[in-house]
Amino acid sequence: MTLTQILAFSFLALLTGWFVPRRWRLVVLLVGSLLSIYWLQPSTPIRNLDFWLPTVSITLTIFVWAVTQTRKSRSWRPTFFTILLILGCIILIGLTRYAGALCCLTSTRPPEILQILLALGLGFGLALVPHFLPKNRFIPALAIILILGLFVILKTGPLAQSSSAWLRFLMGQPVNLATTVDLPWLGFSFLAFRLLHALRDHQAGKLPAYSLGEFVTYGVFFPTYPGGPIDRSQRFIGELNHTISPSDNQQDHRHKAENLLQGSQRILIGAFKKFVLADSLALIALNGQNAAQTSSTLWAWVLLYAYALRIYLDFSGYTDVAIGLGRLMDFRLPENFDKPYIKPNLTTFWNSWHITLAQWFRAYFFNPFTRALRSTPRKLPAWLIILIGQFSTMVLIGLWHGVTWNFFMWGAWHGLGLFAHNRWTDWMRPRQNRLESHPFFNRSLRFGSWFLTFNYVSLGWVWFALPNLAVAETMFRKLAGI
Amino acid sequence: MENPVDSAQSPRNDLHFFRNVLVKALILFFIINIVFAAWYPMPGLGRLSAYNRIFPGRLRLPYSDDPQQAYSLSLFNPEAMFASHIISAGSKTPGEYRVILVGDSSIWGFLLPNDNTLAAYLNKSNLSLPDGRRVVVYNLGYPVMSLTKDLFILSYAVRYQPDLIIWPFTLESFPNDKQLFPPLLQNNPGKVRELIENYHLNLNPEATELAQPSFWERTIVGSRRTLADLVRLQLYGVLWSATGIDQAIPPTYKSRAEDLSFDDSFHNLLPPVLHASDLTFDILSAGVSLAGNIPILFINEPMFISQGKNSQIRYNFYYPRWAYDNYRRLISEQSTLHGWRYLDLWDLVPPTEFTNTAVHMTPKGTQILADRISQAILNLATK
Repeated sequence: MTLTQILAFSFLALLTGWFVPRRWRLVVLLVGSLLSIYWLQPSTPIRNLDFWLPTVSITLTIFVWAVTQTRKSRSWRPTFFTILLILGCIILIGLTRYAGALCCLTSTRPPEILQILLALGLGFGLALVPHFLPKNRFIPALAIILILGLFVILKTGPLAQSSSAWLRFLMGQPVNLATTVDLPWLGFSFLAFRLLHALRDHQAGKLPAYSLGEFVTYGVFFPTYPGGPIDRSQRFIGELNHTISPSDNQQDHRHKAENLLQGSQRILIGAFKKFVLADSLALIALNGQNAAQTSSTLWAWVLLYAYALRIYLDFSGYTDVAIGLGRLMDFRLPENFDKPYIKPNLTTFWNSWHITLAQWFRAYFFNPFTRALRSTPRKLPAWLIILIGQFSTMVLIGLWHGVTWNFFMWGAWHGLGLFAHNRWTDWMRPRQNRLESHPFFNRSLRFGSWFLTFNYVSLGWVWFALPNLAVAETMFRKLAGI
Repeated sequence: MENPVDSAQSPRNDLHFFRNVLVKALILFFIINIVFAAWYPMPGLGRLSAYNRIFPGRLRLPYSDDPQQAYSLSLFNPEAMFASHIISAGSKTPGEYRVILVGDSSIWGFLLPNDNTLAAYLNKSNLSLPDGRRVVVYNLGYPVMSLTKDLFILSYAVRYQPDLIIWPFTLESFPNDKQLFPPLLQNNPGKVRELIENYHLNLNPEATELAQPSFWERTIVGSRRTLADLVRLQLYGVLWSATGIDQAIPPTYKSRAEDLSFDDSFHNLLPPVLHASDLTFDILSAGVSLAGNIPILFINEPMFISQGKNSQIRYNFYYPRWAYDNYRRLISEQSTLHGWRYLDLWDLVPPTEFTNTAVHMTPKGTQILADRISQAILNLATK
């Protein structure tokens, strides 16, 4: 998000929170979010892809809604109205192609309107297929495979490049110019998590009934679409219903005033963190170029710490903006960061760093996976279950950022760190009382824990920030002064 | 009766609080901007530098079009530029014979790492004077061809107690139309105007290039880019310290032109004769006045001499033969007339030792020049 976009979104959120009657808020949020995801989508070298990627996001969301909602839960009239509204928005964006000076909300001119109509007919038709099929447990599984498949393609360099080549071929563009970064599908990672959560909860019978409008708003809600937090639908739609339900006038005014204060404060803090602090630190933060050029150990550490602070301020700044925008509209979005760099161990760090992502993996991977390990016929020792569970969870979190060896190593680094902390905690438990009777040792241990955790996390960023294992290894050598 | 607690938390009070915060913030913002514009503390802010305190000083003045690669940037605050330079680190010691080099990109060291610049080679020569003082050379070149720009840099450099000023130049720095084009000068119109007036330079102090910034441009909002540049310069100190890099040197570049166009024009001047009034010799005189008792050595710097197509008309991309030959004659006459110390080294460096332009030299070419200048320094210093 640029500063201009944040300003525009703040204005939209303020209008929604203050002037839009509660019964109309869902419509405004839906339309605002639909338009926003087209505006936020960066341009791509493949013709019209900046229009098609948000369109596919919307179609996928509708598809998952159709898969997860039983027919009886759907009242046809609002669904029909919502589909018309969504179609209307997309066609309107498409029509800006012909609007001369008003063109365009998208980064480049949208495709021909006929192409859009055909694609929408096909896409929405596909999305509605589950509606006409009897309840079938394979369709949610297929939807999960489809989303994971897209995810793997986007995050794996060679696959992304091949997909780009294929899309270029379709668009009549030179195939040999395809690169791994041609498909910057804004917000897909976060959307995928929301949709996978809905599908898994549906499979577990835990997903309530939602209207199409509610679900699409959940999927593409403009404050959280580009960078999270990854909210759960139950919580989000609860908030949504609270926001659109009628309330006492006096109370309503109080909320508005509070929301205005809290929301704008949070947006300002977030913008300051992102655009002043993080962007300044970005000039000196560790990267592939300066890692190779750095000649002294001391300055290598400075670059590393600059990166550690930059990534935190950048990401938590975005989160603050998202939470602030939500607050302006009387939405309470979940927190994503809770002072992670002052935590005394790796476990508490991961409870306070990208909290919603960690919770997602805990709920949909770690817990079911360790349960499955516990129930294997050959009983595994508890420590091994913890090691396998934590290691694989963290490796998956690493690979979520991109399927590369460096992200694998970053995940493995944290997985092993979490396991080591788990063992340490077990070893310390019987000795804890004795230690607490010595305040000096206790304080030293607390400081040492923090110091170790912060530096362990910072060293982990070497894998994350650098482009390949060789550069990472060189950087580790420089940090060690060898 | 209204409960005081309820009253304090009423939406009306919340809104009043919000309104008060906004109004006070706006008033403060407005006042601070006005005070800033009236005071305009840019020179003072420029002197606040982390260089030579936290970071080692830079070996040449900051200049770059590609800050992210070069860890340096072009900014127009001369105080900040000098504060970031190693010449600002502490005061001159009695054992130092301080030599400053001003000049264009060939002196600054375009396409040369810091240890291959003219200043670096001169320092590597470990020159010592008979009285035991060690010759220390500072690179104050700046990559734009304009004598006024050199004079501008010199006006700041003389503060640093040089014992000798070496001022290499080439004909391209002399024409009138080259004088006020450097952005460094256009962004410091007051100082340039002062130089024009103090030294009676044959330049128009009311030239459009020297427009004073408006009041709006002097506010914090109007100066935000200049302020951001100051911060960026400090931040790049980290990477300068970490890498020693201050220029993005590409692995390959387009070589200086060997084959030349069939064209004998030079700026807006016509062959066959160049007159002293066509060139800004008055700026060299101003430099001598500005330096006072400090000796200045003028050097006509080496250039590439082409043997390619149309080389009978032109020496290189920059110069037709008639203009350059006339210039050499004129500068020699002016030096004799004014008693300037002058070295003409125009053909000192072999053509193979030039890089992307007719004045940018390879390390070997720079070394050749340094060896020649070393002798001149010793001669001048021991006179």
